[in-house]
Amino acid sequence: MSYTSNYKENEKYLIDRIHFSLLSPIEIRKMAKVTVIRPEIYEADGSPVSGGVRDPHFGAIEPGERCPVCGNTREDCPGHFGKIDLARPVLLPHLGDKIDVILQSTCRNCGRILLPDEKIAYLTNIYEKLKEKWPILAETFSDEIAKQASSVSECPHCGYKQFKLKFTKPFNFYEVRPEGEIRLTPSEIRERLERVQDKDIKVLGVDPKAARPEWMVLTVLPVPPLSVRPSITMENGLRAEDDLTHALVEIVRQNERLKNFLSSNAPESMVEEAWQTLQNVIAAYIDNELPNIYQLSHRGRKQLKTIAQRLKGKEGRLRGNLNGKRVNFSARTVISPDPYISIDEVGVPEEIAKILTLPIVVTSYNIEDARKFVLNGPYNWPGAMFVYKTKQNVKIDLRYQRNYRQLAESLEIGDVVERHLINGDIVLFNRQPSLHRMSIMAHKVRVMPGRTFRLNLLDCAPYNADFDGDEMNLHVPRLEEARAEAQELMLVENQILSPRYGGPLIGGRQDYISGSYLLTVKTTLLTKDEVSLLLAAANYKGKMPEPAIIKPEPLWTGKQLISLFLPQGLNFEGRAKINAGELKCDNEKCFFDSYDIISNGKLLMGVFDKNAIGAEQPENVLHYITLEYGSEKAREFLDNVFRMFIRMLEIKGFSISLKEVEIPNEAKNKISNMVEQAKNEIQQFINDYKEGNLEVIPGRTPEESLELKIIQRLQKLRDDAGKLAISYMDPFNNAFIMARTGARGSDINITQMAAMLGQQTVRGKRISRGFRTRTLPQFKPGDLSPEARGFIIGNFRVGLKPYEVFFHAAGGREGLVDTAVKTSQSGYMQRRLINALQDLYVAYDGTVRDSVENIVQFKYGEDGVDPMLTYHGKAVNIDRIIEKAKVNEK
Amino acid sequence: MPSKVKEEEKILGHYLVPKHRILSLEESIEVLKTLGVRPWQLPRISINDPIVRILNGKPGDIIEIERDSPTAGKYKAYRVVVSY
Repeated sequence: MSYTSNYKENEKYLIDRIHFSLLSPIEIRKMAKVTVIRPEIYEADGSPVSGGVRDPHFGAIEPGERCPVCGNTREDCPGHFGKIDLARPVLLPHLGDKIDVILQSTCRNCGRILLPDEKIAYLTNIYEKLKEKWPILAETFSDEIAKQASSVSECPHCGYKQFKLKFTKPFNFYEVRPEGEIRLTPSEIRERLERVQDKDIKVLGVDPKAARPEWMVLTVLPVPPLSVRPSITMENGLRAEDDLTHALVEIVRQNERLKNFLSSNAPESMVEEAWQTLQNVIAAYIDNELPNIYQLSHRGRKQLKTIAQRLKGKEGRLRGNLNGKRVNFSARTVISPDPYISIDEVGVPEEIAKILTLPIVVTSYNIEDARKFVLNGPYNWPGAMFVYKTKQNVKIDLRYQRNYRQLAESLEIGDVVERHLINGDIVLFNRQPSLHRMSIMAHKVRVMPGRTFRLNLLDCAPYNADFDGDEMNLHVPRLEEARAEAQELMLVENQILSPRYGGPLIGGRQDYISGSYLLTVKTTLLTKDEVSLLLAAANYKGKMPEPAIIKPEPLWTGKQLISLFLPQGLNFEGRAKINAGELKCDNEKCFFDSYDIISNGKLLMGVFDKNAIGAEQPENVLHYITLEYGSEKAREFLDNVFRMFIRMLEIKGFSISLKEVEIPNEAKNKISNMVEQAKNEIQQFINDYKEGNLEVIPGRTPEESLELKIIQRLQKLRDDAGKLAISYMDPFNNAFIMARTGARGSDINITQMAAMLGQQTVRGKRISRGFRTRTLPQFKPGDLSPEARGFIIGNFRVGLKPYEVFFHAAGGREGLVDTAVKTSQSGYMQRRLINALQDLYVAYDGTVRDSVENIVQFKYGEDGVDPMLTYHGKAVNIDRIIEKAKVNEK
Repeated sequence: MPSKVKEEEKILGHYLVPKHRILSLEESIEVLKTLGVRPWQLPRISINDPIVRILNGKPGDIIEIERDSPTAGKYKAYRVVVSY
């Protein structure tokens, strides 16, 4: 389509290979259009100095300027290189190691490799064969040859004595002669490298056509064109030059200084000093972060960004501009919750909807809509930003247009209107880190007031989002194909099931579970008003069900309400989450209502908790609905019924207070007796240990055995105390409900609040750090008793003793450090895995193939099963088939 | 030192070594046809691999490997013998 692309069709090429080599001085001279000899940039009148680093021959970059080299204006002038003729040769940094290898393994007199002729021929032969088949092995091979050659002390060709070379980074070479260490100047190095013969050098892994060794020593420096280092003109007329230009000025300055010294026959030491400076400046121009060089900087000590700094690192050209690019048609803002939108919707602020646009082609069916958009203009939602008149081939920006009415009337079929986002458009929504495919899902737009993206709470799980300031990104796919693909493959309702394990990833959590429990629990009877409220929340349009109780007033059970929404024919049998401990039972004769039975879409008994509607809980009711009745049905269920759960909490009220974790004095006394008893037993262990009577566990030292025994006993103490505390709790204690239904927290949390915190650990051991033989000063040295080693008898309700707080903090810190370390490590591991596996795909024939269609696996997962469509990884679930068959019986 | 025959038995009888079989020319062509690949697109197995030595495989032979699979019961993989 003409409005989307303007590249020329015949300008497509495939890159076959990229070959890196050194520039030869001849090439540099050939491509140079100007020689830089003056360190000044501008003349007094503001024009660029001819022969300076901004010479016009570097290419036209000013508007209207004509290039003196190619005659083009700035649009067509590609820019031209220049050169600096160096007064003395200078080493290229980064190549020091290679220079070192070549110098070491060749003769300092004749330049031959320090091995006999026939050996060189033999090795060259082997090297060339290796190079063809195993290029990497060939490299190792030439390293080995270099090592051999550098240990020879007399040249086999000319008989010259060889000296050891010392190389100190970045660019100093010393020859260790009997009379002392002598520094080799770059000139001497270059002379030696020139003597090395083409036929020899191949064995050392150097291709003489691509890089003659002496090219590693610069005699002439190429100067990049102006378009590579543009200057910025500020409003006050001042010019700020690019960092590269500054570095080049410094090079020219040092080069001219050296030239002056040479022509005025200055003393050797001064020449030497200027030469070293030039070497340093050129090294810094290439890489300003080399170790042991003097770094170039602005006056205000900010480092210059030279060539290597442009390419390197996260913000560098490769990682910042090529691997990662910025995109248009995207938005980012804070997210906030909205339980009243569907899970496959996203609330988009009007402000954003007015900026993001979508091209629609005007047809006879939508011409009226298109006119309305144009009539509203760019600032009124829902309006339009641009109009492309196809026939005239012009693009009209509505922001600079007055007469919207005339434009709207002139619309004809085939024109394209770039309109605002409207309700129902498909957009992609993303939250970093994008760890799995559910981190980017397609949503339907819902334009809203306010300045945040709105997200249904159930979508938090796949994005791992919360609302403590999280921001998310939104992208608008613009072509029909992209939109269709997003809608069919990426829509939230198609991502309810996780491909990681067969089970729902989106589902009830926290309050949703508490709410569904309270709704379905046996004791809940709802009045007509309450039922109306609940059904209205669930968007129920049908008839009111018959009440379960008629006299004295009509009352309904929560199970009845749930049953209204379960699909016809659904059959389910299983334990609820609360089915544990004292509420345990295995079949339909369950007194505690903790065994769920759904028959033909009717919830007959049991409560709905985490095991029925929970997220990340495979083989629950939600999972079966999604799998057997389709994701659309599942989405309706999530949208409507889950709203009812929240409404139930709103009707009833749900909070926790200190009262929730209060236990009677009787229980407290029992716990302190238990503590006393455990302490005595542990004291007995310690005494036994001191007397040497402790029973030693095989394979352990006595100390370890003692620790193990103590830890075991303390663990038992905490468990017992917790059980006791819980046994005194009211079953409708809210904290207890949350723990039992799996909404939030566990028995351990309740134990810690009501009874005792228990043992704090660091590195899996009782806390033993701090002072030399004790943890804190109030304990006796060598005290092994529970309290002195981090066992906390206090609980959160009553509060901790000062030393207990200390231990708790020590244990808590370990957790924080662990998460910090783990996220960075696992993140990097995931990145490596993804980079290694990103090209693999499951082909249409079920095989797994790589990018060139090599077979990796003959059948995906060896059985060809998509885990997303399985029952918790099993392709066939016999129990479920039997369960489903029961419906048909009835 | 164990005799060659004994070593062969040891390898073939080991519980971790799955069943290997060199396919006939006709079978090879059939396999390549059903997979729609050229021989070099198959995974490779070295001619120096002990099992290939025992079976006396030559470069270009296709070897069928039948493995026990935790997900599929039996799983057939094919490899082409290469000379390196």
